[in-house]
Amino acid sequence: MKSTGKILRYQLRDVIRGRWILVYTLVFLLMTDVLFRFGGSGERVVLSLMNVVLLLVPLVSIIFGTMYLYHAREFIVLLLAQPVDRTSLFLGLYGGMAIPLAGSYAVGVGLPFLWHAGGGGGGGSALGVLLLTGVLLTCAFTALAFLVAVLFEDRAKGFGAAVLVWLLAAVVYDGVILIVVTSLWRYPLERPLLVLTMLNPIDLGRVFLLLQFDIAALMGYTGAVFSRFFGSAVGKGLALTVLVAWSVVPLLVGLRRFRMKDF
Amino acid sequence: MTSPERLPVVPPVAPTTPRLVTSTAAIVEVTDLGKSFGGLMALDGVSTSFGVARITAVVGPNAAGKSTLIKTILGLVRPDRGRIIVNGHVVTQDWDYRRGIGYMPQAGHFPENLTGREVLSMLKHLRGSSAELDEELLDAFALRPELGKQVRTLSGGTRQKLNAVIAFLFRPALLILDEPTAGLDPVASGIIKDKILRCRESGTSVVLTSHIMSEIEELADSVVFLLEGRIQFDGPRLELQRLTGHQSLERAIAALMQGGAS
Repeated sequence: MKSTGKILRYQLRDVIRGRWILVYTLVFLLMTDVLFRFGGSGERVVLSLMNVVLLLVPLVSIIFGTMYLYHAREFIVLLLAQPVDRTSLFLGLYGGMAIPLAGSYAVGVGLPFLWHAGGGGGGGSALGVLLLTGVLLTCAFTALAFLVAVLFEDRAKGFGAAVLVWLLAAVVYDGVILIVVTSLWRYPLERPLLVLTMLNPIDLGRVFLLLQFDIAALMGYTGAVFSRFFGSAVGKGLALTVLVAWSVVPLLVGLRRFRMKDF
Repeated sequence: MTSPERLPVVPPVAPTTPRLVTSTAAIVEVTDLGKSFGGLMALDGVSTSFGVARITAVVGPNAAGKSTLIKTILGLVRPDRGRIIVNGHVVTQDWDYRRGIGYMPQAGHFPENLTGREVLSMLKHLRGSSAELDEELLDAFALRPELGKQVRTLSGGTRQKLNAVIAFLFRPALLILDEPTAGLDPVASGIIKDKILRCRESGTSVVLTSHIMSEIEELADSVVFLLEGRIQFDGPRLELQRLTGHQSLERAIAALMQGGAS
């Protein structure tokens, strides 16, 4: 992996100079700033931002991630003809995408908090969780994007698969859970629901964030179970591990395919 | 150096018979190479060798396996069977042998937001070579004023020139050029052809593909003719013309294609 740093250095420069990464930062910057001007407290802003973050971050990460890898295909071939090993190259490219995306998100959301709430003003820990969740979701969906781009030779199919993965995680999964819960309402579903939530990175992020607020109490008995589980050190650790695994596992599977791939 | 006419004559080989490796030094030796893509045979038992300080043209119709052959030598495509030796190194998972190879793909694609200079320095960093670079083409193409511009603002021709500069930059022992003059104006392609010939004079081995027969006539010492993944002819270019009884290479190749199809 000795060339990863060298590749990363130039890929970062390329991505950061791109116009869309600036737009991505500005969107978060404007949104957070406007929410502060209308709303008020930092905690409220975090709550309002939550749903946007949970939908937008995965969508942008997976779309830009696949687009980037397809776009770089010919250059990847040129780089692979150099004395470079494939693992270095793949990890360098991943870093070159995930780091600017995560940084752009963190700056866009973080800066308005600095100049409005001055870092204090409540919602400090909630903001921390929001930033952490956003960054981890960025890493996870960029990894999924790379996996999709490596699996599908055809660009159109790849984009389709990327959008499908996002739809499944962001929309369909919750719908299925809702159907299961409403049709099996007679049964105690807290534990199965807990497991199901753990399996989807977006749901995991949502629960993680909601539990930062008092509104967790509104979720009734399920909320209490969740609150107790995710409030415990074991629960937090497990949730964090699963969220990180959503980056590591797709990345490793993608890397395996990338190493065997014919260019 | 010897001119093409005075090269040692390698005995002509009957089609599809693997050519025996002769005693002359080879930079690339390919033995019984096979590769299929989803049931389609791209390479089917290809054995050949590319001589040191010689220019070998790999020719054949579209989808004959030219690109696949080149890409297996570069390690971009993994063969199903067979063995490749480049400069004494067996091509496997190891990648360091590529230090001795300069590759020019068909078209130059670089990160859009980097400048030409940054692309060059990225490759220099990756190679980590301290040896003196060959920047002759940079001047011949008058490319230096363009190096400060971002790649996305460069024209297709300029990108292709940058692509050529990169292939020659590290003074490789083996040059692999995939249609090196495609997309270049006559002046630029003349510059590349002169450069290729000068490299051979200084001992560099060259493998190139091209669809332009006059170009192959001008450059190539040897010709490897591929058809449907098999070698139909492998030997000196003049031998090919003598064997088929045709004066021009274009007609000789056409005769081979028709002969091979029957």
